[in-house]
Amino acid sequence: MEKTRAQWGNPLQFVFACISYAVGLGNVWRFPYLCQMYGGGSFLIPYFIMLIVEGMPLLYLELAVGQRMRQGSIGAWRTISPYLGGVGVASVVVSFFLATYYNIINAWGFWYLFNSFQDPLPWSVCPLNGNRTGYEEECEKASSTQYFWYRKTLNISPSIQDSGAVQWEPALCLILAWMMVYLCILRGTEKVGKVAYFTALLPYCVLIIYLVRGLTLHGATNGLMYMFTPKVEQLANPKAWIDAATQIFFSLGLGFGTLIAFASYNEPSNNCQKHTIIVSIVNSATSIFSSVVTFSIYGFKATFNYENCLNKVILLLTNSFDLEDGFLTASNLEQVKGYLASTYPSKYSEVLPLLQNCSLEAELDTAVQGTGLAFIVYTEAIKNMEVSQLWSVLYFFMLLMLGVGSMLGNTAAVLTPLTDSEVLSSHLPKEAISGLLCLVNCAVGLLFTMEAGSYWFDIFNDYAVTLSLLLIVLVETLAVCYVYGLRRFGAELEAMTSSTLSWYWKVMWACVSPLLMVGLFLFYLSDYILSGTLQYQAWDATQGRLVTKDYPTYALAVIGLLVASSTMCIPLVALGTYITQRLQKGASFPLA
Amino acid sequence: MLWLFFFLVTAVRAELCQPDAENAFKVRLSIRTALGDKAYVWDTNEEYLFRAMVAFSMRKVPNRETTEISHVLLCNVTQRVSFWFVVTDPSKNHTLPADEVQSAIRMNRNRINNVFFLNDQTLEFLKIPSTLAPPTDPSVPIWIIIFGVIFCVVIVATTLLILSGIRQRRRQNKESSEVDDAEDKLENMGTIANSIPCDSLNMKGGHVNDGFMTEDERLTPL
Repeated sequence: MEKTRAQWGNPLQFVFACISYAVGLGNVWRFPYLCQMYGGGSFLIPYFIMLIVEGMPLLYLELAVGQRMRQGSIGAWRTISPYLGGVGVASVVVSFFLATYYNIINAWGFWYLFNSFQDPLPWSVCPLNGNRTGYEEECEKASSTQYFWYRKTLNISPSIQDSGAVQWEPALCLILAWMMVYLCILRGTEKVGKVAYFTALLPYCVLIIYLVRGLTLHGATNGLMYMFTPKVEQLANPKAWIDAATQIFFSLGLGFGTLIAFASYNEPSNNCQKHTIIVSIVNSATSIFSSVVTFSIYGFKATFNYENCLNKVILLLTNSFDLEDGFLTASNLEQVKGYLASTYPSKYSEVLPLLQNCSLEAELDTAVQGTGLAFIVYTEAIKNMEVSQLWSVLYFFMLLMLGVGSMLGNTAAVLTPLTDSEVLSSHLPKEAISGLLCLVNCAVGLLFTMEAGSYWFDIFNDYAVTLSLLLIVLVETLAVCYVYGLRRFGAELEAMTSSTLSWYWKVMWACVSPLLMVGLFLFYLSDYILSGTLQYQAWDATQGRLVTKDYPTYALAVIGLLVASSTMCIPLVALGTYITQRLQKGASFPLA
Repeated sequence: MLWLFFFLVTAVRAELCQPDAENAFKVRLSIRTALGDKAYVWDTNEEYLFRAMVAFSMRKVPNRETTEISHVLLCNVTQRVSFWFVVTDPSKNHTLPADEVQSAIRMNRNRINNVFFLNDQTLEFLKIPSTLAPPTDPSVPIWIIIFGVIFCVVIVATTLLILSGIRQRRRQNKESSEVDDAEDKLENMGTIANSIPCDSLNMKGGHVNDGFMTEDERLTPL
């Protein structure tokens, strides 16, 4: 008799687990950047079109496959066709890569969270230099938040070749991050549902608090107006559509095998169509919501910096011309400048090169994404708020919830096929398998805590998953529609959930989504090939800013290996299955 | 004669205190920036107080305990408010070396600032760098304390979960082995419903129930 598969405590846990997996750091630090790059409000148009045409159908497909096959990704795809078990293996490999490098972000989050309980915040002041007459040089050239990130957190080396030693502070935080993940996942994937209540709901609480705080900050409206003013000409830019498609694709976390793993613990009669729509709409709404928060914070920071710049100019003029203190203000600045230029032309021309041009647009234009946004720009804004310790703690707590939620999904994607396999689960209990997995990932992750670790992190972040995922999802869609048969799959789905499958999904699965995937895949492939050598941003401590450098050959080799190791699984496993079957047929003939 | 002498003295004194003179320091105050509405007006009384503070600072220097307020000269007061000052020796002919004045001001900077309700940024002595306050460094960094707390909590929770998982599995094994034992016992005891142990029945012989086998005709012919 077949052992009954474990199930979610209730369907709500499944929805929350999916939401907590899909709503991750990308919603907070990638979407606002894209919105800003592609003309604010008008970016929402390609975004929603891609959501309906690409995001929802592919999400529904993965959930349906998982719910129907009731196995992790390897088993599910092997059931669809024995030659396609490689798709599942590729998913597991990609998830393994992601799990290895994603948790270092949580480690950094922990580091900043623990450092937030100090007055003053350690990234708000520069440390003093040797003889206590000024601040450290690197901190003066850059800013205190950049110094804290690059020097105190990462202790970054000047290039990827100088690996340096493992930094014990981030290493400790990484170990803690993995222990958290182990704690949540050690009882099995279906128990993740209980943790998902927290990891899905708490970030919203913090976002609402931040929304209220953000909107009441001085200068927030500047940022919001800048964001939402639509630049309709950006709609004609193909990059906007491609980035919208890519963002939807990666934001929902398709192709990792997590959604299949989660859905496999569903009851067969579960209405996954309804859940698809809920999860995808919640994910997109969260992106927009968090960009409202981000842009009000941007506006505050830009206004603050702009006013600081003006004050510096005013101080310089007041000191050079011995004007009365308080006479020069922002409103009469231009007037007085003109008066001074005409009255003391020689002295004014001396002072002129030192006067900075202060511009609010230039401050708002600094579009940042990724770790730079979270750990440099946001911290700069937070240090200027009142009671900054509270806001800092809340913010990093939210980042941790988002990151841990996504991590649980990733680890589940690797864990579910492992616990499904008879070989492993008969010898080792669940706790030991998950413990071994976390241990291996943690050990590999220690590489990212070295001095050059951040550069390797960027390699993994940019190249480990992008191409492979596109290929995996493309093969998945084609497999379900053409190898397994769309009609057969649709009939089974209707029988299982006892609700009719709308023609819309069928059209999307069969034609539109695969075409989109092929287009995206070709675009990225040609982009990588055409750009020649790949480059990266290295931190130059002497200048206090980022410089562009070329990757050395061995780094390029690692990139190639990363992409190849996941994509090659598909043809290799297919070939292996074919050979094994031929050998078996050959062996069975003499018996007949 | 007296007028000439007086004129000479003021001329000499004027020469001692000049912008960019030897051993002269420029001071710059930003009272309105610091105090806003509560800003006071900078008048000759405030200047007198300033000279008193400088004289006080110089008195703390060894060999200069006899510095008087009249030895401190101010000049070129602007609207900014900024001015230059020098400290002369008791003969009022020479100015005291800049290093002495600098070290004296640096040692008493805090008291001078407090008298005027200003700080190092709003009461600037150009060319005298201020000693920045070192950040308070606790013996154990705070982040390690919090890290330790959370780490211990996670370890305790993990151990509890693992132990409860092991106990659950052991109970399941025991239950399933108990169920197995019970089934074996049942088989040995025979059908409890009839309470006739099968062993007692002689399986070989068997009893023929005559009620069912009466006549051969009842048997269906092949």
